[in-house]
Order: sequence, then C-alpha cells, then structure tokens
Amino acid sequence: MAKITFITSNNKTIETEATSGSVMEVAVKNKVKGIDGDCGGVCSCATCHVHVKEEFWNAVGEPSELEADMLEFDDNVSEYSRLACQLKVDEVPDGLILKVAK
Amino acid sequence: MKKSTLSDPFKEAREGKGIGEMNDQDDPVKMVLGHKDVRKCAHNWKTFQSGGEEIGRIVVPSEVHIRDVRQIPFEVDPPEHKGYRALVEPWFKRPLEEEYQSKLTDIVNGVVEEALTKGSLEVVEEFSLKLQSRALTLLLNIPYEESELWISWGTHVFRSEDTALDGDKANILYDYIDAQIDKAIANPGEDLYSVLLASEANGKKMTKEEVKGVLILTFAGGRDTVINAVTNSIAYFADHPQSLQRLRDEPEIMNTAIEELIRYFSPLTQMGRVATEDTQVCEHAVKAQSRISMCWASANRDERVFEKPDEVVLDRKVNPHVGFGFGTHNCLGATHARQIMKILLTTLTEKVGSMEILDCKENIEDLDEFKRKVGFDNIQVKFNRL
Ligand code: FES
Repeated sequence: MAKITFITSNNKTIETEATSGSVMEVAVKNKVKGIDGDCGGVCSCATCHVHVKEEFWNAVGEPSELEADMLEFDDNVSEYSRLACQLKVDEVPDGLILKVAK
Repeated sequence: MKKSTLSDPFKEAREGKGIGEMNDQDDPVKMVLGHKDVRKCAHNWKTFQSGGEEIGRIVVPSEVHIRDVRQIPFEVDPPEHKGYRALVEPWFKRPLEEEYQSKLTDIVNGVVEEALTKGSLEVVEEFSLKLQSRALTLLLNIPYEESELWISWGTHVFRSEDTALDGDKANILYDYIDAQIDKAIANPGEDLYSVLLASEANGKKMTKEEVKGVLILTFAGGRDTVINAVTNSIAYFADHPQSLQRLRDEPEIMNTAIEELIRYFSPLTQMGRVATEDTQVCEHAVKAQSRISMCWASANRDERVFEKPDEVVLDRKVNPHVGFGFGTHNCLGATHARQIMKILLTTLTEKVGSMEILDCKENIEDLDEFKRKVGFDNIQVKFNRL
C-alpha cells in the first residue's frame, strides 16, 4: 500500500492510496485534473506528465531512454519530470508527492 | 506474405538520408522519416506552421485547390489554437462517458451481427463505412438516421476513382455542412453544430465560417482513418486467428493491443507543415515557405525506437508511437477512435470465432519515391460465428 499525493496546477491537493497498477491509473481513477492518460499507459501520449518532488527524486529514479525522449518535447519539462504511467505503485516510495505538469 | 501485412516502404530512406522527397502538385514536400526528427518538427510549431495564408496547404496531397475554409483547430497556430482546442476538447472526450460507450456498443454489435448473418461481405463499404458513419452520429450528437445519407456518399467523399482530390465531391460535403449549420441556427439543439454556434473561442463568438471549419475537420479527419483502422483490424484478425484467441483469453492486454495496431497501421501516413524560415531537417536544407511533412507511418517503424518494428506485438508495453500525431496538433478524434477500436475488438472476441479473407484489392498510396499500402480498396471477408 502506497500513499501518493498529487498537487494539481490550480494547487489542489489530492491524497490517494493504492496497491497496484501504475501511478497514472491511480490519478485517473481519482480524477486528478491534468492527468488524462489518453494512451492507457504505453508512453505515447505524454498526458500523464508529473514533476516528482525533489526529495523523492532519488527514490523514484530517472526515466528510461524512451520515456526521456517523450518528455524531451513536452511543455513545462523539468529535471524532475516523469510520465506517471511509467511509475509502478509497488515500486514508488510511500508518501510520494507529485506535481501535475498540466 | 499475409494479406493483412502492411510493409514499411520508408526503411531504406529513413536509415540513409532521413528524408524523402515528394512532388505534390508542383508544391514539393520534404518528408521527415525518423521518429525523433518527426517529433522534433511536430513540436516546433514556430518554424513549421499549420496556419498561414494558403488554406489546405499543410494537407498532403494539398487541398489548396479544393478548399477555402480553414479547418479548426488544425490549421491554426498557437496562441489562437489554444482557445479553439480548449473549446472543442471536452466535447471530443465524450467517448469516455458510459452512455456514449453503450450506444457505440449497439452500433458495433449491429454491424458485426450483420456480418455474421450474411456470412460474407465486402468490409470497406458494408462494414467499416457503416460503422464509421453511424459512430459519427454519436460524436456529433445527432440522430442515428443521418448516417444513412453519409453511407450513401460511399467511402470517398473527397476522392473519385481516378483522382486523389475531387473538388465537386468535396463540395457535396461543404454544401451539406452549410445546410446543417443553417438548420441549427433556425432550430438550436444539443448537437455539435448548435453547441459551437453558441460558443466563444479566444474571447469571440464562433462565426459560421469557424463552425464550418471544425465540422469539415471532424468529417474529413475521421473518415478514411477510421475506415482504414477498422478494415485493417478485420484483415489482421482474419490472418491471425491466434491473436483473436489471445485477446479472448487475456482481455487485460486490450489497451496495449489497440495502441500497437494503431502504431502498425498508422491510418494517417503523414501531415504537412510550412516552414516559416530557412531551416533544415536532418542536415537537409528547408527553404522558407516550402513544405515538410511528418511521416507518422515511417516514424512508427523506426528500429531505433521499436524492437521488431514490422511485427505486431500485442502486449508491447512501452510504445511511444505517433499514430495520432504528436505535439500541439495531436489527433482531436483519438478518444473516439480508441473507443471504436476497443468496442470493436471486444465484440469480435465475444462473437466471432474466425474470419477468412476471400478476395481483396490493396489501397496503395503513391508517394513518388514510396508506395505505401494504407489499407484496402475492397476486401471480401467470411465471418464465422463463435
Ligand atoms: S498515459 Fe500516455 S504516456 Fe502515460
């Protein structure tokens, strides 16, 4: 069980709990504004772009090469950018805080 | 080679010079072929614009001679683009609603049942065109019966047998949309025409001309593409009964399967842009005011990105395909298209045991240097009930 908190671009905080699946799926299920997950999580739409809170970055880790490629041309990209569909709930640190990019 | 195979005619050029050249009605196009280059150009809307003076020029083949209405939001650049896109986006996300999906399921059920009852039929006209037209009534939120007229137009409203672009035929559609707009003005309802007519974008009320621009895009953008995706899916599962069985056994791979089929089919081969300044793509000079195109079909087979690019891998997990385009102008109808695919594949697994291609004629696009099979002109298929 992981606690994941999303902060949307209009500064709403949404706290969620989940045990499985991808972080994108958790966000969509909880109707987090700005995370659409159009492609269902295959790394093709970039509508699940999040910024990982700095203190969690090492625990979350770098994007894979293909994911980094997708992010390269996304707006508002930062050094803490990830695609939420590429983060697995059972692999992210408990208490993770993510800022929605859109 | 199986009938459903769509080969990759761009491989050599993509790996060699990275671009292709196409003479489109004496207005040449530099085709960008690599995945990264395609995404880079799509992202760079300042250098490679969609708007511009000449309406219809970014479409390949160019529509400058058959259209003078600007398609919206597709032929508008940021920042104005944003206002239009924001207006239409929620409407085009309606396919995520349950009620929409249940109506779409009825439509898909209808065509699949018809195919099973008949035993064999010509899929392009009798299956895909019907499915696409009926589904479009949901997207526009208008009565189902309206689809009968569009079906009667045949698969090619903008093309005739001997020419890729046919002005007279295009006018049928434009006149029709004009009449529908006037009808909606006289009698506003809950349909897309009325909703747009009552809306504002970028702080201004939508004009008739702008509404027409959105509707032309909706009709044109979602016709061949959806018909090709549906027809190619039928052909693929006819050729690969084990894949249909796999979807039946593992419904959890439905999503990756759909994205993979979209990658493999790439229903829209390419989309153009006009350069606003002297620039270059993969070290080839591009002159200001000349055209490039982003070749989605080629990018989707780039072996630097996709392992076994010419194979359909139904559970491909990381699949950064550009089948719905990329960047600012990514496909507005993608949600609707994905839902059609999802319900179609689900229905096939529930009702169809196997299919058999009896006869077919391939639809080959002539792109000068390249000939690309994009689907079928016609394909006769036998459907066997599960
Ligand atoms: S959901 Fe499409 S890239 Fe993450």
